[in-house]
Order: sequence, then structure tokens, then C-alpha cells
Amino acid sequence: MKYQTVIGLEVHLQLNTRTKAFCSCPTDFGRTPNSCVCPVCLGMPGTLPVYNKEALGYAIKVALAFSCKIQERTKFDRKNYFYPDLPKNYQISQYDLPLSRNGHLDISSGGNEKRIGITRIHLEEDAGKLIHGDKESMVDFNRAGVPLLEIVSEPDLNSPQEAFDYLTNLKNVIEYLDVSDCDMEKGSLRCDANISLRPEGSSGLGVKTELKNMNSFKGVKDALSYEVARQTGLLEAGEKLAQETRLWDAEKGVTSSMRTKEEANDYRYFPDPDLSVFVIGRETVSLAASRLPELPKEKAGRFMRDYGISAYEAGILTASRKGADFSEECIKLYPEKDKKSMVNWLIGPLLSEANARKRSLHELKIDKDELVNLLAFVDNQSISHLSAKSVLTQMIDSGRPASEIIKENNMLQISDAGELESMVCQIIAENEKTVNSFKSGKTNALMFLVGQVMKKSSGKANPKIVGDLIRRKIGDA
Amino acid sequence: MEANRLTAHELLGALKEKRLSPKDIDEAIYARIGKIDSKVRAYPRTGNSGKEADEKAVGCAGPLCGLPVTVKDNICTTGLATECCSRILSGFYPPYDATVIAKLKSAGARIFPWKANMDEFAFGSSTENSCFGPTCNPWNTAFVPGGSSGGSAAAVAGDEAIWALGSDTGGSIRQPASFCGVVGLKPTYGRVSRFGLVAFASSLDQIGPITKDVEDSAILTGAISGYDPNDSTSVDYPVPDYTKSLGMDIKGLRIGMPKEYFVEGLDEQVKLSVKEAAGKLESLGACLKEVSLPHAQYAVPVYYIIATAEASSNLARFDGVKYGYRAPSESLMDMYKKTRSKGFGEEAKRRIILGTFALSHGYYDAYYLRALKVRTLIKKDFDTAFGDFDCIIAPTSPTPAFRIGEKASDPLKMYLSDIYTISVNLAGIPAISIPCGFTREGLPVGLQVMAKPFNEEMIFRVAHAFERNTEWHKARPQL
Amino acid sequence: MSIDKETVQHVAHLARMELESGELEKLSSQLQEILVFIDKLSLLDVKEAEPASHILPLSNVLREDSPKECLTPEEALRNAPAKDGNFFTVPKIIE
Repeated sequence: MKYQTVIGLEVHLQLNTRTKAFCSCPTDFGRTPNSCVCPVCLGMPGTLPVYNKEALGYAIKVALAFSCKIQERTKFDRKNYFYPDLPKNYQISQYDLPLSRNGHLDISSGGNEKRIGITRIHLEEDAGKLIHGDKESMVDFNRAGVPLLEIVSEPDLNSPQEAFDYLTNLKNVIEYLDVSDCDMEKGSLRCDANISLRPEGSSGLGVKTELKNMNSFKGVKDALSYEVARQTGLLEAGEKLAQETRLWDAEKGVTSSMRTKEEANDYRYFPDPDLSVFVIGRETVSLAASRLPELPKEKAGRFMRDYGISAYEAGILTASRKGADFSEECIKLYPEKDKKSMVNWLIGPLLSEANARKRSLHELKIDKDELVNLLAFVDNQSISHLSAKSVLTQMIDSGRPASEIIKENNMLQISDAGELESMVCQIIAENEKTVNSFKSGKTNALMFLVGQVMKKSSGKANPKIVGDLIRRKIGDA
Repeated sequence: MEANRLTAHELLGALKEKRLSPKDIDEAIYARIGKIDSKVRAYPRTGNSGKEADEKAVGCAGPLCGLPVTVKDNICTTGLATECCSRILSGFYPPYDATVIAKLKSAGARIFPWKANMDEFAFGSSTENSCFGPTCNPWNTAFVPGGSSGGSAAAVAGDEAIWALGSDTGGSIRQPASFCGVVGLKPTYGRVSRFGLVAFASSLDQIGPITKDVEDSAILTGAISGYDPNDSTSVDYPVPDYTKSLGMDIKGLRIGMPKEYFVEGLDEQVKLSVKEAAGKLESLGACLKEVSLPHAQYAVPVYYIIATAEASSNLARFDGVKYGYRAPSESLMDMYKKTRSKGFGEEAKRRIILGTFALSHGYYDAYYLRALKVRTLIKKDFDTAFGDFDCIIAPTSPTPAFRIGEKASDPLKMYLSDIYTISVNLAGIPAISIPCGFTREGLPVGLQVMAKPFNEEMIFRVAHAFERNTEWHKARPQL
Repeated sequence: MSIDKETVQHVAHLARMELESGELEKLSSQLQEILVFIDKLSLLDVKEAEPASHILPLSNVLREDSPKECLTPEEALRNAPAKDGNFFTVPKIIE
């Protein structure tokens, strides 16, 4: 039997407000444990929470960016459970009246567009951090109370790759909003997955497995792939799956069942009496919507229209907000009417340089005006494309202007026919055999001769002019 | 008369005219505590060295002129242990002051270095549930002082304090004030910041004053009221000068008496005193009429669901990790269970379990959600009543003080002693208890006056008119 | 509604408390009595009533996003029953 994979993702996103969700402790804590805490986030008796206005604003932005419907009335609830990283032994979260519901994210996966439903986006607070020592576990509450959003997707994802693409697209949108660092390795974005398999064509859901402990997008994909294989194997062997939580072990590349004894969670949600409800009116929502920045999809569309580039190229350029801004500035600075050349440089040599340096496009240390200057040298054939790439590398390494590097390395192309003529004559004289084979119709021979001239000129000869010269000389002879 | 026997407003006058110094007041209070507190036990920690530390700081500044205020053990005070009279919070020294404490300090008051006894986490109506042992009623030490603010009320009644702060979740200020023959006000929910009050039931708790007369109550209420940006449930509503409500007449005021309160279970002597008090108000020109609060009988069950549910969550933080007591333990689960089983007293455990049950899967709708809905009905009863009446009067408690141990083994009976006070917390309205008589056994009886939200002025006006025309508040226990 | 000893035991576990057998016995019967009393609420028609999770008509109480001073680690840990350096400690959690 063939099985269909059904995946839903729960993303926890730290908002990058200056202070925590319910108290005024800064969120930019360093390494000293328990140095960014106060009576409120330590859950000291008598303390009370007051929610961060900025966090609510950020949350509304995110909800709108995913086309969620903002609920007119929303409230905080307490989720009760005991754990040492949870100072109050309840987490302030949202239960039956979440901030927003019914959104979606359009992803492109394997060349296809697909709409993934977003069930809800709600507000909550982060827990502290536990470090397990030999004899005891240690608790640091610096992170406790940092504002979080939980973004729950519909089970609309049908492969590990789709899950990966969903996360990439999600991160991209959130980066455009500038409300989170979105760094899974630093924990500012965390993701749990629910996965089940069902016979192809059936509409019911199979037994659900919850996956935790993934700390990169690739980890999510790998863990899901592992689960697809594991569950397929079990189902094909006629075995029953248990509903369970499994932890991903990135080093071993396997998932394993959480050994904690099976205890049905009973979180005893109830409205938090310490916090007021939020009533979010239509004006607030439309004002926030009007202030949303241009999102990746819109930006890509505009790039295609304004700069005459393909969907593929636009997709690459808008893959991150900062990269897109960088690219657009370069494109605008580029004086030619046809922007194609600059776009090719951005998604070609520049992106390669960035990848080689494990950087993003906008993080490259290059002056945009200098990049435009470099392209001018190429466009007017002052240097070869090959040389230009090497100039680019040096520009990024040294931060020096293109002209300086070109001059210093004596890279300007020799396009002056008079200057090239003696070199051409010499090569023709030295390669009588090749000249003859060219004469007898072998066009490859010309390439060889041009190559010889290029070599002689240390790559500076303009190959087009050299070709013309050789053709003329041999014809003359 | 010794300084400790005077009211705060009398002392403020004497301090301003330099007839007395703050030191005189302190000495009188400490002498009185030395003399009677071994019998009353309003202060469980008199062995501490707080006294010496405090003596250095005696000065007279601000409107409250260095007057000492006695504070219940569940209100956070920097430098002073705040343990809610519970083993689980033993040794807790808060790194911050409750907002009310900060307000009092900035008004020139001093925080009395010994905190007042209470039922553990305010769970009780008799102050028998303190990990330090019970407080006794200064009028008769075989009787309870009421609770949970029994230490605060007994200290004020016994002249071991000038005035005091208590907290009221279901009657914990008014019922002990009534049992001890003093004045106790529960302000409107949201009038006084709860920041720094160790939460029992967040949607019901309010801090309020326990004083020797209505004028002191008005002064202290004014000093602690007001919006607090640290409390999302405090209301940004101007604080009037409550002393301006004093001395006004009550002619033509419409006063309601809930018929549902004068039924079986109400002590005959209490009933008589309250009816006499009603007659007095009538003779002062008020217009008395019966009023109906149809859902009154549901208040106690609603309260014991909502209050315990909130408490079960509020008290989850006492787990031996961040502060207080931790039992020696092998594993995490062991630590939680041993710490909480040994750290909490019997009543605390009972309420936490009841509250956890009310919120748990499968029972939430039948208990908690239903209770929230009935709470709405109870509030509507009051909304309707205050459409026709300026205030409502009632007994504070169905009985006078009972004997120590009398109800200790019957939690339900104990819960029913709050039957007339609980509705006020559920509806979020203000109410005061003032002395209105004595039983044949010489135990005080309290009259409760309720008004609509944020109308404490009406309460002070009526209570002060009654007090001006009666002598009950002047009686003092013989100890 | 009735409450049996197993339920009390389960609820006690949720609340992280352990009850000795005598305690369990006593508590179960007391809770049963309280629940019988509370059950009078089930007689009431509450269809029309909104749940009063907040008694005040307050909404949108928010705070500006401006940082204030924190406690020092020493202050934060002063009341801790067990600590190690700047950490609170608990018995080792086996995952």
C-alpha cells in the first residue's frame, strides 16, 4: 500500500522587543545566568504581569502578514503544569480566544505553489533554561518571560521537503516584518512537528507522532524523513503505531520515544485573572495592515515588473528582506536601462562570493557604487568577465575600489588593434600547422590561436578583437 | 490615655502639635505588646530583632507623620519576612515592597517591624490555620478573632497597633473586624493595587484598612488607593479625599436590607443588633427598605469554586525551587511532592485539591465555568439593587466570634461563616464592617455597609453618621 | 457529583502533593461533603449568563516597552533553597 504523509508544524517565535512580555526586564541578556530577572519573571509571590504593548503590535503584524483574522476579543489563559524552568508553574498563554485564526502561507515547493493553512497564532511567554549537570539540574531564568508567538499550521504539509519549504518561507516573511531574529540555532525560532501517515486516498488521519528537539530547518526535514521511513516500515509490517512524543537526535540521525511515563496532560487552562482582556477594533487592525511592509511575494512581483526579471530571479533576490533591499539598491544605482547584467551579477558572482563566505548577500563588504563601477568596466569591455570576477573577490577582501585593483594588476584589456597585431603575427608564425587546419575549415583551430594570444598577453587581450585580427591576417595571407 | 489607645487621627494631631513624639507611640505599643501579646498572639514573630532596627528610623514627616502601620504577613515588605504564616514560605524576604507599602512609606508612615498573624495564605475565617499557631480574640481569649486577617484585627482591637492592613478575599478584613469590634473596609476591586499582595484568589483579593474608627479608615484608604501601572487590574480612577465624606448627614438616603440575609442560620443576638442599627440609621433620616438579592444563596458555592481554582494555580509557584522551604528529596517529583505536602497546612491542601479538581479535565464546565456564570448573576443582583438604593446594610457575619477549635474540624461550617461577606467580593463592590453592638457574652457584633463600585464615599458617609451617633466603637476589651 | 479516592489521589498528583492514607480518607469525605453543597449550582439556569472571568470592565491594559533595572543575580538567588554559582538548582532531571 502507498501512504500519504501528513505534517503539521508548531512554530514558537521569540519576539525581539526590548523588554520581556510581562515585566520590564531587558531581553538582550548576556551569558551571566539569572542576571536579567526581576520579582515578576522569577514568579515571586505577590508579583503581577502587565503585557508589553510592543509585543502585541508585533503579534498583530505577524498575524496580518499570514492573512489571519484578528479576533476582536482576546484574552490570556494560564496553562498549568509543573516544571523547574517555569517560575510560576503555569505559563501565561492563550486557549480558547487566541489573538488570531484562519490564516495561510503560500509556499513554493519543488516548483509548485501551495497554500498552507495557519490554524492560529497566539501570544505566550517563554520558559527559563535548564542545564543538566552530573548531580543536579541548574536553572537560569534569563529567558523566562520573553514574549513568544505560537504559530500553528494546518496538517497541510505532505512531505519533509514541504515542511522545510514552509519554514523557509515563514522565516522569510517574519524577517521582512523585523519582529524576530528567527534564528533556530539560537532558539529564537523553535519548531515541533506532528506527523502521521495514512493510506493514499483516504481522508482520515493516522496515528499522530509529535517530534521535538530539532534545532535547525534541516533537522526538521531529517527528523521527518526518518519518521516517514520508520512509520512506513512499521505499517507495512502490519504493526500498530503508538501515539507518542519522540525526540530527534541530530548526531545519531534517529528519533526515539520520550521515556517519561505516560501521563495524560491536564493543563487546567483558565482565564488569567491578573490580566485584562484585549479588545482589538477594526481601525486598529486596518491601521496595522496599512503599515505592513512589502512582503516577499509582493516584492518579487514588483521586481519582475519593474526590472524585467524572471520569477526565478526575483525569488532569489527576495529570499531575505535585507538581501532584497541590497539588491534593489544595486539595481537602482546601475545606470543602464536594461538591468539584466546587474541582476546576473547579483545572483551569480555576488551570491557565490556570499555563499563561499557563509554570509548573506547584504553582509558582503562591498560598496554598491564600486560594484556599479566594476560592471561599467565589463560593459565597455575594459576588462574581461573572468578578470572582473577576480576583481570582485579582491574588492570584497580588501574593500578597495575596482579601478585601483584593475590598475594595480594591469588588468585592462588590450583592445587596440595596433598593439595586438605584433602578438597575433607572432602566434600565426609559430603555429603554421594550426593555421593550415583553420584554413582547411576547422573552426576549433581559431579558438586555439586566440587562446595562445590570450596567454601571451597574460589574459589582457580582448578576445573578440584578437579573433577578428587572426581571421583578417590569415585571410590576407 | 496611653498613646497606643488613641486613634490615628488623634495621634496625628498630637504629633503635629508636638504633644507626642513617634518614639512615645512606639514605646506605648511595645509596652502593650509586652503586656498582652502572650495572650492574644497577634504578632507571631516578636522574638525578632526588627524592633531595634526600627527605632533608629523614627521621624515625623509627610501626612502620616511617622505613624506605624501593622501589616498582614501576606503583604510584601523589603527587609521584613513575608511568609503568609506558612511553612512553605519560611524565611522569605521579598526584594521589593508591595505598592501599598511604598505608598505608605512615601506618605511618611512607618511599617511596623512585626507582621500580623493570619490564616495560612489567607485560607480561613478564624486565624487558627497559621503555622505559628492561632491568634486569640482580645475580648475573650477563648474565642477566635475571625480571619484570615485575625492578627491585624486583634492587634488593633487590643491596642497593640494604631491601625493595620489586612486583605479580604471573601470577608477576611470585615469578618475579623466584626469579631474584634473594630472597623474594616474592603475597597472596590481595582481601587487598591494588589502588587505585592501574595495572591490567594486574584479576581477577589483586595487590601484594606483595619482601624479603630471610621475616620482612620477613610485616612488609610485614601493613602493606599490609586492606580498602579504594575497591576493590570487596578483602575485609573481619581482618589477622592475620603475624609470629606465624614460628618455629612444621611437624610433621605435609600438603604436596603437584603431579605435573603435575615433567614435561618442568623444568630438571634446578631440579628437584634443589626435591626437596632437599622433603626438608628432610620432615626437619622435614612429611608430603609427591604431589598432582594435573589442569588445570595449561591454565593458560598460559587466562591469556593472560583477562589480555590485561582488559588490552586496561584500557589503552584511554591515548589521549593526559588524561595521558601524545600524538603530533602531524591528526585524532582519527590522534591515537588514532599515540599508541598510538608510545606502546606491542612486547609491549604484541601483548597488546592478542591481548586485543582474544579479546573481539571471533564469537570471545568460543570464547576468552574458554571461558577463564573453564576458570579455574573450575583453581580447583576447588586447592579439592580443599587439602581434603587444608595447602600445596602447587612450583618457582617451570621454569628459572633466562635470558640477556638469549635469549627476547626468542619470545613463546610467554617466556610458558611463567610456567607454575608462573600457576595461583596464576587461582585467586586466595596463594603465596611463597623461595630454595632455586643452579645450578652460581651462579644462584638459588626454591621456591614455596602455600596456600588468606587463609591467608598457613600460607605464612609453612612458609617461615620452611625458611629457619630453611637458609642460601640469606643468600647475596649479588658486585658 | 461524587468524588472518589482515586480521583482525589489523581488530583493531588496534578497538584504535586502526596497524601497519607488517613489524610486521603478524611479529605475525600470532606471534599464529597463540599461538593454536595456546591452541587446546588447545577439547579440554576445559567444559559443567559456570560462567564465573569473579569469582574471589572477593563481592557487593553498595556505597558510601554522600556527596560527597567533588574535584580542582581545575588538578589535573585538570595531566597533560593539551593543554588550553585548563579544558578538555582533542583534534583537532576532525567530525560
